[in-house]
Amino acid sequence: MVEKGAPRPWRDRAIVQLTLARYREFYREPEAMFWTFIFPLLMAAGLGLAFRSKPPEVAKIGVVRTGSYAAVAAGLRAETLLDVREVDDSVASRLLRTGKVALLVVPSGEARIEYRFDDTRPEAVAARRVVDDVLQRSAGRRDPVPVINAFVRERGSRYIDFLIPGLLGMNLMASSMWGIGFSVVDQRRKKLLRRFVATPMSRAEYLASFVLARLTLLVVEIGFLVSFGVLAFGVPLRGSIVGLVALCLLGSMAFGGLGLLIAARPRTVEAASGLMNVTMLPMWVFSGVFFSSGNFPDAMQPFIKALPLTALNDGLRAIMLEGAGVTQLPLAFGVLSAWLVICFALAVKIFRWK
Amino acid sequence: MSTTTPALSIRGLVKRYGNIVAVDGLDLEVARGECFGLLGPNGAGKTTTIEICEGLNNPDDGEVVVLGMRHRDNPLGIRAAIGISLQETQLTEKLTVEETVRLFHSFYPRRRPVDEVIAAVQLDEKRTARVGQLSGGQKQRLALACALVGDPDLFFLDEPTTGLDPQSRRQLWDLIGRFKAEGRTVVITTHYMDEAEHLCDRVAIVDHGKIIAQGTPRQLISLLGTEHVVEFRLDGLALGETELAALPGVTGVQVKDGRYQLDVTMIHQTIPALLALLHGRDSALSELTTHTATLEDVFVHLTGRHLRDG
Ligand SMILES: Nc1ncnc2c1ncn2[C@@H]1O[C@H](COP(=O)(O)OP(=O)(O)OP(=O)(O)O)[C@@H](O)[C@H]1O
Ligand SMILES: [Mg+2]
Repeated sequence: MVEKGAPRPWRDRAIVQLTLARYREFYREPEAMFWTFIFPLLMAAGLGLAFRSKPPEVAKIGVVRTGSYAAVAAGLRAETLLDVREVDDSVASRLLRTGKVALLVVPSGEARIEYRFDDTRPEAVAARRVVDDVLQRSAGRRDPVPVINAFVRERGSRYIDFLIPGLLGMNLMASSMWGIGFSVVDQRRKKLLRRFVATPMSRAEYLASFVLARLTLLVVEIGFLVSFGVLAFGVPLRGSIVGLVALCLLGSMAFGGLGLLIAARPRTVEAASGLMNVTMLPMWVFSGVFFSSGNFPDAMQPFIKALPLTALNDGLRAIMLEGAGVTQLPLAFGVLSAWLVICFALAVKIFRWK
Repeated sequence: MSTTTPALSIRGLVKRYGNIVAVDGLDLEVARGECFGLLGPNGAGKTTTIEICEGLNNPDDGEVVVLGMRHRDNPLGIRAAIGISLQETQLTEKLTVEETVRLFHSFYPRRRPVDEVIAAVQLDEKRTARVGQLSGGQKQRLALACALVGDPDLFFLDEPTTGLDPQSRRQLWDLIGRFKAEGRTVVITTHYMDEAEHLCDRVAIVDHGKIIAQGTPRQLISLLGTEHVVEFRLDGLALGETELAALPGVTGVQVKDGRYQLDVTMIHQTIPALLALLHGRDSALSELTTHTATLEDVFVHLTGRHLRDG
């Protein structure tokens, strides 16, 4: 019996079946799920904890029991940034040496005070400044310029706020490039690609199925990482979600194109892995995932700015942290679109089907 | 497309890989509804020929017409009308049997229902099993299901039974027999002579990229001029080739490493005469086998080599 040429139900279309096959290959591979969804969360959690904002540090200092030490100690205790203890001369140097106190205050004689500290230790230098201010003011110093301290501890300026968009960008790069590149090369190695090519399957639909599957998985991926950042660390999401998703889609497609280009020729997974790593390494280093790409010399900036991951990371930070709209990011969208078009066109041109 | 054009017609096909000539001026014609076997040792050029017919490889010279179409003019038309199984495809292990067939089903403009195809290859019980969990024979039947689902007029099957146990081979033979019964054309390559004799209407023996003989299995065997082959070894004095050739009904003698092989037309006369000859010589048989002549014997006869020697 042969099925009649009635209009095809959507499920019977090649693009649908190919895309379904992509999903199945993905979710039936627990490792792939881990690397795509769980690993970035663990990384964000670990780095977020390590670099969380701490309250201002309290300096431990010792006041040696000599001269008018009682009055000096009482005056210093009024300052909340200092943790003051009185110590005997005999143990004082040992406490300083072992770091139990950052600074020793030695009241010697009527109007003279000696500070003993290691001037190469930042906390000791900071403690000296605080102690000295307190003692000078209580002795009658007047500051000629009146100052006001306004504390700004705003969400958006912390390390975790910088980190989450960077991790999101890096993750999109890795999962798009590996997700597409690995499957294509694996199917070529298994001669499955040859088998497909000998059927009337449309080659464009075959390639499109990878992109489609990636784009839908991507929404899950962004959702996971962004909501984790927002809920667990209070990372701000100031721009529109639509803008964020649009940028992620474009970024993912650009990296998908790059993955496809890398996978266009190799016959073995090993050869493709090598190429993948060589391509991704400069972006891990230069594109501002863990620290700002502005740290690199000015001469390198044009090169760094042209990398797709730099464009994606800068764009993500602008949207999430500064509330930028899509129209304010011509550079990010432009760079990513250029990569997308060039990579896809080249990949399709040199693709080894047989 | 008329049904009188041959299913496959190959003329002057040449394919070189550097210095190696994989296919060396091969001509072939396969009629509609025929099951045609390509036999030959390893490296004979069978896969190369068949992949050129499938459009997976480009010839250096010659012409291939598949179901009246040329790859240059109508690649999609050919792909939609043929069903293939490649020598070494691995289907995706993570998909199930049904998902795999459904995937191939979605590629074809004209197709058969998925359930029907799975039933035809007797994988109903395995429809939800992952491909990675199938046995070798079941994998091959799945490969045939993927070829069958496009309702092809012409099958190209490259060594579909290699490496399978005898029972799985029989199952595949039944299946391929049914393709033929439905009026489809089958082009199959194999190393197994019994398979070719069982399945094929006609066979071509390929060696070094050329066809060295073709015809029905019976016709080829009759090239030997004999119907039986007698093989034996001796315990004692050797016999001369001329005295053996003089025995009644013997048309050919080969002696190699103490093994005697006689091509024989009238076995009932030859054996008693051989025994009588030995009796007079004080020599005894240490081994004696007889079989009806096979395509293997034809190959040995034509090339002086066994098929498996490569
Ligand atoms: N891609 C290739 N590059 C170089 N040589 C090749 C290539 N493919 C095949 N050959 C050579 O062409 C010749 C014919 O190979 P082919 O695979 O057609 O043989 P075959 O008859 O199918 O053998 P088998 O029975 O082992 O499958 C062999 O000598 C082989 O080494
Ligand atoms: Mg072969």
